[in-house]
Amino acid sequence: MTVPPSRGVVLRLNGITKRFGQLTANDNVGFALHEGEVLALLGENGAGKTTLMNILFGHYTADAGTVEVFGEVMPPGAPGAALAAGVGMVHQHFTLAENMTVLENVLLGTVPLWRMGLAKSRGRTRLQVLSRDFGLKVHLDAQIKSLSVGEKQRVEILKALYRDARILILDEPTAVLTPQESDALFDTLRKAVARGLSVIFISHKLHEVMAISERVIVLRHGRLAGEVATRDTDRHKLAEMMVGAEVTLPRAEARTPGETLLQLADVSLSAEGRRVGLDGANLSLRAGQITGIAGVSGNGQAALADLVGGLATPERGEMRLFGQPVQTWSPRAALNAGLGRIPEDRHKQGSIADFSLTENTVLEGYPAPPFSSSGIMNWGKARHHAEEIISRYDVRCPGPDARIRLLSGGNMQKLILGRVLEAGPRIILANQPVRGLDIGALTYVQERLIAARDAGAAVLLISEDLDEILALSDVIHVISEGRVSPEFPRGSKTPAELGVWMAGQGFDHAA
Amino acid sequence: MRLEPVASQTLGRTLGFPAIALALTVLVASLLAMLAGANPLATLGLIVNGALGSKFAVLETLNRATPLIFTGLAVAVAFRARLWNIGAEAQLYAGALVTVLVGTRLGLPGPVAIPVMAMAAVAAGALMLLLPVMLKVRLGVDEVVTTLLLNFIMLLFISMLLEGPLKDPMGMGWPKSEALPRDARLPRIVDGLRLHWGFALGLISAVVVWFIQVRTTLGYEIRAVGLNPEAARFAGIPVRSVLLKTALLSGGLAALAGYSEVAGLKGNLTLDLSPGFGYTGIIVAMLALLHPLGVVVSALFVAGIFVGADSMSRAAEVPTYIADISLATALLFMVVAILMTRFNLVRG
Repeated sequence: MTVPPSRGVVLRLNGITKRFGQLTANDNVGFALHEGEVLALLGENGAGKTTLMNILFGHYTADAGTVEVFGEVMPPGAPGAALAAGVGMVHQHFTLAENMTVLENVLLGTVPLWRMGLAKSRGRTRLQVLSRDFGLKVHLDAQIKSLSVGEKQRVEILKALYRDARILILDEPTAVLTPQESDALFDTLRKAVARGLSVIFISHKLHEVMAISERVIVLRHGRLAGEVATRDTDRHKLAEMMVGAEVTLPRAEARTPGETLLQLADVSLSAEGRRVGLDGANLSLRAGQITGIAGVSGNGQAALADLVGGLATPERGEMRLFGQPVQTWSPRAALNAGLGRIPEDRHKQGSIADFSLTENTVLEGYPAPPFSSSGIMNWGKARHHAEEIISRYDVRCPGPDARIRLLSGGNMQKLILGRVLEAGPRIILANQPVRGLDIGALTYVQERLIAARDAGAAVLLISEDLDEILALSDVIHVISEGRVSPEFPRGSKTPAELGVWMAGQGFDHAA
Repeated sequence: MRLEPVASQTLGRTLGFPAIALALTVLVASLLAMLAGANPLATLGLIVNGALGSKFAVLETLNRATPLIFTGLAVAVAFRARLWNIGAEAQLYAGALVTVLVGTRLGLPGPVAIPVMAMAAVAAGALMLLLPVMLKVRLGVDEVVTTLLLNFIMLLFISMLLEGPLKDPMGMGWPKSEALPRDARLPRIVDGLRLHWGFALGLISAVVVWFIQVRTTLGYEIRAVGLNPEAARFAGIPVRSVLLKTALLSGGLAALAGYSEVAGLKGNLTLDLSPGFGYTGIIVAMLALLHPLGVVVSALFVAGIFVGADSMSRAAEVPTYIADISLATALLFMVVAILMTRFNLVRG
């Protein structure tokens, strides 16, 4: 795929600068998007990608610089303008009405509500054409709430295409997708550019950027750090540009495990709401060992994490802790037993947004000395502890009194990691510990988990990223529809073989 | 027009916008006075004078503020935990009822009766709120509905008692209870001045609640549960038990309003003991941004407006409803002002 110079510029950003108080989120950033190309916008969290897109859409007003769409300068701070000029955005978080059908969601906002009935039949025909042309398979009369995440994303893309978008911007589109769904998305994007659309693909996943884009723009600390044609670069060079230094991803070396600290024997848990249950799970967590749980999202990982984390108790089977059957089980009991837990969702479960860093660091440890005695908090000790974690775990923040909502995802995760590890846990539950983190933070978190293992902790690593599981785990289980596979030692199964189990097939042979 | 969060809240911002809100409230009140055909400046002057103009006026304002401090604290404590206690009125009457029962039926000597009545009132108010909160944590019943409806049940129950078993035989047919014995009343803080110890109890309560909130594990738990119950539960905070403790605290505080009105001011229980102190407590707490010490200030402010408007309407031909409207306006402006301290209004 070469870029013929004749292809016109459809979108141009000129010298965009945006400051928030002391912070310069975008510093003189400029680039052009050509017709029919996939341009990747690469950068760590906090590099200024989202701010730039908000300026493009008029959600923020730039302090300097202009946005041109199809040669026309957009009025600053006017949200409708870019949309009207043919720019469509697919956000990470979908903006769909759950109780309406796909067709209604696409039409919503394009016609007055009282003409919805009439518009439906015309809309249906057009959508069928679009959905065929772009390979966006989705049932038009299905309710949004019955759709998978991948299907919802297709609806978002259809929405943009239906409104005659000629430029598509996708913000971290694969963060919520399975590998198969990502492949389908890439297929759609290729079809789109073949029809002359232009795509900006925002990501920090290097292999995806390499797979789909023609050109890469790298942002670092709000500045343009580089611009390269994808065919002239590789993952390593991109990572260097993004981080500003050479990067090596951590790999855990094999170790001899110690005694079994936590054991699940034939444990079952029924499904609850959207959470898949567990079906006769057997699992042993040993000292000095990382046990990886591989599997496609939504196959019982949440139930397993709830169980180990103290939020659920086994309905059948037995859980043994340090060789003793567990009698009472709750988050507090788990903490008292020496469990450290890194939750899947650091915003909903791991932190309280409007609490300060200090208040967040003692969220689990507050009931005991040194943070409190006889029900009276010792905020001085708590603050000191927060300062220690901030310096030891390299948490970039304004200080221990700042509200944690001001922190980036990576720094928030480092604080949670510090809170967990400083309590000296013997067993660590790490549920998606690096999801959404940039390479710097990701490497850091993984290294710390390996170090905790080397110091003798038993680590349960739940991740939907098979590469991460393979790189870190001493033993691997695959989870599928609530069933947990036998234990596979490091290197005993190829990724393809694990994939068969992830699809739920190996279990039948074993049974 | 959109709201954009501000990077840092400055002191000027935090105080400036509420000041503007108050100024706008005064403006609205002046317009209303003009509509009523009075000179707005003179009307405002009469209100301020009525609230603060004499020793008597100031004492009246302090007396009126006393129950509002308690109900304001009750609401502030509950709202911190996102426990929507709209039933301070019922808890107030529960406290008042028990105060009268203990004070008139047990025959305790005065110095014993005064603290026993207080403790019994707190227990009654606490239980009054415990029931709906149990329903909330066990069965998920919305406490807004249950606490609100309990207000009416409680008022009708009191009415029934006052027409029946509690009716004062010497009351010449009026629906009121027997009065507390003289020595079971809260004494005055300074002899000869019409201000009772209930006011001091209110100030002490505010300091205690403030201490609980910022310095105790319970206060920390309450704030955590209010801000993010899911994270609180994950972290091992016993969310249900924290909500129940909050209910006991909040209900107990509201009951002290009833206790202080009966034992400090009125001496007996009537159906008009509270002209909506429970509901006004919500305004007081919101104006104070749920801060326990702020509640004292805002209770004084609200009481001043009521007392001042009463006195003004006697002097000028402006209805006393101007107080209710002004307070409602102040609340609305203040809610916007609070928003503006945290967000910038951005065009486009």
